[in-house]
Amino acid sequence: MKAHDLAELAIRNLRESVLRNSLTTVGISVGVASLVAMLSLGIGLQQMATRRLVKSGLFDTVMVTSRRDLRNFNRNEDGGGPDPAQSPVLDEPARQNIERLPNVVEAYPDLRFITSFTFDDKPHLTMVAGIPSSYKTNDAFDGMQGSFFSSDMAPEIILQKTFAAELLGKTPKPGSEEAPVAELAKPLLGKEISMRYAERVDVPASTSPDTNQNTQNDPADSRDAATYSIQSHELKLKIVGVTDLDPDSMRGAARARVLLPLKLVQSLHVVQPNALRDTTQAASKSPTYSTVSVRVKDPARIQGVEDGVKKMGFNAFSMLDATRSLRRFFAVLDVFLGIFGSLALAVASIGIINTLVMAILERRREIGIMKAIGASDVDVQKLFFAEAGVMGLLGGALGVALGWMIGRLINLGTNVYLRSQDLTPEQIWFVPWWLVGFAILFAIVVSLLSGLYPAARAARLDPVQALRYE
Amino acid sequence: MMTASPHSNGSASSNAIRTENVCRHYVMGESTIRAVDGISVDVPSGEFVALLGTSGSGKSSLLNLIAGLDRPTSGAVIVEGKNLAAMSRQALAQHRLRTVGMVFQSFNLIPSMTVIENVELPLRFAEVDRSQRDALAREALDRVGLGRRLQHRPSELSGGEQQRTALARALINKPKLLLADEPTGNLDSRTGTEIMNLIREVNESLGMTVVMVTHERALAGQYAQRMIFLADGKLVDDQPNPASAAASLPGDRA
Repeated sequence: MKAHDLAELAIRNLRESVLRNSLTTVGISVGVASLVAMLSLGIGLQQMATRRLVKSGLFDTVMVTSRRDLRNFNRNEDGGGPDPAQSPVLDEPARQNIERLPNVVEAYPDLRFITSFTFDDKPHLTMVAGIPSSYKTNDAFDGMQGSFFSSDMAPEIILQKTFAAELLGKTPKPGSEEAPVAELAKPLLGKEISMRYAERVDVPASTSPDTNQNTQNDPADSRDAATYSIQSHELKLKIVGVTDLDPDSMRGAARARVLLPLKLVQSLHVVQPNALRDTTQAASKSPTYSTVSVRVKDPARIQGVEDGVKKMGFNAFSMLDATRSLRRFFAVLDVFLGIFGSLALAVASIGIINTLVMAILERRREIGIMKAIGASDVDVQKLFFAEAGVMGLLGGALGVALGWMIGRLINLGTNVYLRSQDLTPEQIWFVPWWLVGFAILFAIVVSLLSGLYPAARAARLDPVQALRYE
Repeated sequence: MMTASPHSNGSASSNAIRTENVCRHYVMGESTIRAVDGISVDVPSGEFVALLGTSGSGKSSLLNLIAGLDRPTSGAVIVEGKNLAAMSRQALAQHRLRTVGMVFQSFNLIPSMTVIENVELPLRFAEVDRSQRDALAREALDRVGLGRRLQHRPSELSGGEQQRTALARALINKPKLLLADEPTGNLDSRTGTEIMNLIREVNESLGMTVVMVTHERALAGQYAQRMIFLADGKLVDDQPNPASAAASLPGDRA
């Protein structure tokens, strides 16, 4: 029989006992709905976690250090590799080479220093970090009051909220509630703060001015290059933002409480902690960095970039291993949620078998007639398969819609709860298109499997017996 | 007198049906029912044969064997040169679809389908294109004199109209054989006559071989060219119908 005839006859037969077949279809759809709801919850949770981590910059960033620098992120690698003294230097050309690696978005030096600020005639000592303009999209700034830097070189400053509280003399006592960011920001935004810093002035200027920061020269080649003087400066900065999160929590103890545009920091030539050591070590003539942060296009590409950096002779470190175990956790979670979701579908498949077996008993005579006028075993079998398939398709489609609604409801309920707890609402549930297709396909496959036995039984029906039966 | 014996004359090619010592036994618990017990008959192409016998004589069982609805326990059933006993289930389905058409006492129409849908159902199994089906079905319905009420369901029709529908369905694939199992059993005598006249017309104008099962001797005597009597699964008498011998038929045996 041709496919469209089969479909037509199947639908006709299903409509003959509409109540029973509808109930069976609803059974399938409940099964599919539970599967979709469970899996979309798993996927949603995974996406939420990944989204946060990716935006936080932890999982798309590779930290690069020189092997010369014994301050290594990854202790395991200390043993291997060439002698640190013969390893390449992490300088400006090296940074540019790293930036040229495939899938690298940007590579920027990690510049941070401790210095003192004056606000309201009171001195405050804290850690300052330069951040690239790409940080604008970092979700650490989601809860920020004010705005991001207007340009890369703007004399502007963003404060971490604990520092803002300190400036206002509102340092919270232990155990008491922290003041909200908005409250801290109000009196500070637009105000001026002055920063004192130590500029390093190299005696022999050996590098071009645009890459000229953090400079030290190679003492092996030229003793003079190591000579520099330090000048004290003061810079007036405008407070443009107050943030409630630390965007660089990865660095733990070195948390910066004051953020400046990276380019501005570079132009200041502030003395870096490694400057002293560099005077005694063989390095290169161009400026060197203690750490370069490499941002990768996609967390999945991080391994390749890490390998590329290592091939260049540097130490590379990323949180990839952490994402790996995270992914494994979510895979296991998805499997479990999927199994629970499938249980309902398994029950529904028993419903299909029951319905079709009943249909055989009811339509015994009809099957006999069809065989008598020339229907083959295969025709009859296909007809029952088609009926199971149609129920699967309808049940699957209905189930996806139902599962979608259940998911929305869960999401809504969770967010109402989160809001009542003063937490930001989250999308904890997500139905990707592949899940829609997969769920419908799965429903059809389960239905067809359920139809196997009834279809085979109908096909083997003896027409003489069937026609004798009144 | 007519002496030609259908058992001996004619090769397989001129015989529409040939059974060779065919048996169909049912095992019911400890007893064996010999529904058909060693019957050998030849039916030449174009003949109108009546199978006569009382209830349980095995006439319907023999018809089912010729129809390919059932398989013999032993012996051979050769229809249009093919031995049904050796055919696969798939080949038997093809045989039922294309070689034979059947009508039944209880019409056996599918109640959920309209008249025209019932008639074109075999065309679906034959994978005939949708566009041709309607025309073929109307043609077959015209032949049985049913031009109206085509969109009605069987339950809305009279017995005669239902049997006409069944006859149209049996003819739609242009089979070589028409097998009728008590076709007038559920009809009043006037409608029964109409149906029998239709069957005779099919036999005469299309040259279609007809095998009709009936327990009514009179009906057989009125329409059939030959009468085969069965009792307890055995052939007890096989005689040409003298009444119909007078009517000249194309290919009439001499």
